[in-house]
Amino acid sequence: MKNLDTAFSALADPTRRAILARLALGEATVMELAEPFEMSQPAVSRHLKVLEGAGLIIRRVDGTKRPCRLAPEAVGEIDQWLNRLREAMARNYDRLDRVLAEIEKPTGDQQP
Amino acid sequence: MNKLALELEGDTHVVVTRRFAAKPESVFRAHTEPDLMQKWLLGPEGWTMPVCLSEARPGGRIRCEWSDGKGGGFHLTGEYIAVEPYSRTVHVERMHLPDPTPDNHVETLFEADGDGTLLTLRMTLPDAETRSAMLATGMEDGMEASYARMEEMMAKGELTI
Repeated sequence: MKNLDTAFSALADPTRRAILARLALGEATVMELAEPFEMSQPAVSRHLKVLEGAGLIIRRVDGTKRPCRLAPEAVGEIDQWLNRLREAMARNYDRLDRVLAEIEKPTGDQQP
Repeated sequence: MNKLALELEGDTHVVVTRRFAAKPESVFRAHTEPDLMQKWLLGPEGWTMPVCLSEARPGGRIRCEWSDGKGGGFHLTGEYIAVEPYSRTVHVERMHLPDPTPDNHVETLFEADGDGTLLTLRMTLPDAETRSAMLATGMEDGMEASYARMEEMMAKGELTI
């Protein structure tokens, strides 16, 4: 649960969500990430540190570079979590479908 | 087609949409009239809502009390801000677990969609942390429902471990 809290806090920032969207396309270096966001490399590095701390991305060492990629299991965990919430709400609405059918059922009074 | 969609929007919003095969008036009534709300707004199987107060007018009070039938439960209080029959309501609500959670500001839209209704709930939480906490609570409810279903299946002998 604590990991999910950290993950959601990390996802609360629009720049970090954009970085994740970019990483969904494939691995990228800090330099490659900084370019489209018109941000300094230290600023991008700070966001990457938050994402890494939340377990949302993985970084590897490649010479002097540290390319990043999405951590599939972390993203899957968040999605699974939202799915459970969707299911809980969906059950209520399935019940509501039956209530609505009852409300809109012809009363029979108007029948000839 | 009538599948629920739940999406996060920005830092503090949760948007839920669902289509119903009923006219907006019926869906609106099912969301605002206590005797109808008590029939479906229940969460996990086995839970009931013995107390439901819904004064659907600006400033009107909301109070829902849920029970698991085994001595457990929690309640929600809130106030209506805007009520536009049969198209829109705005209210604030908070759970008491038993400490009150931060206010959740909810705009509910009931839009005619063919011969049915498109329901949109737009929730606004005070901050990203509160939204995380609310989503976590929802997940626990969902898990509770799963466990309850599992127990039921085991009781019926449909599932053995």
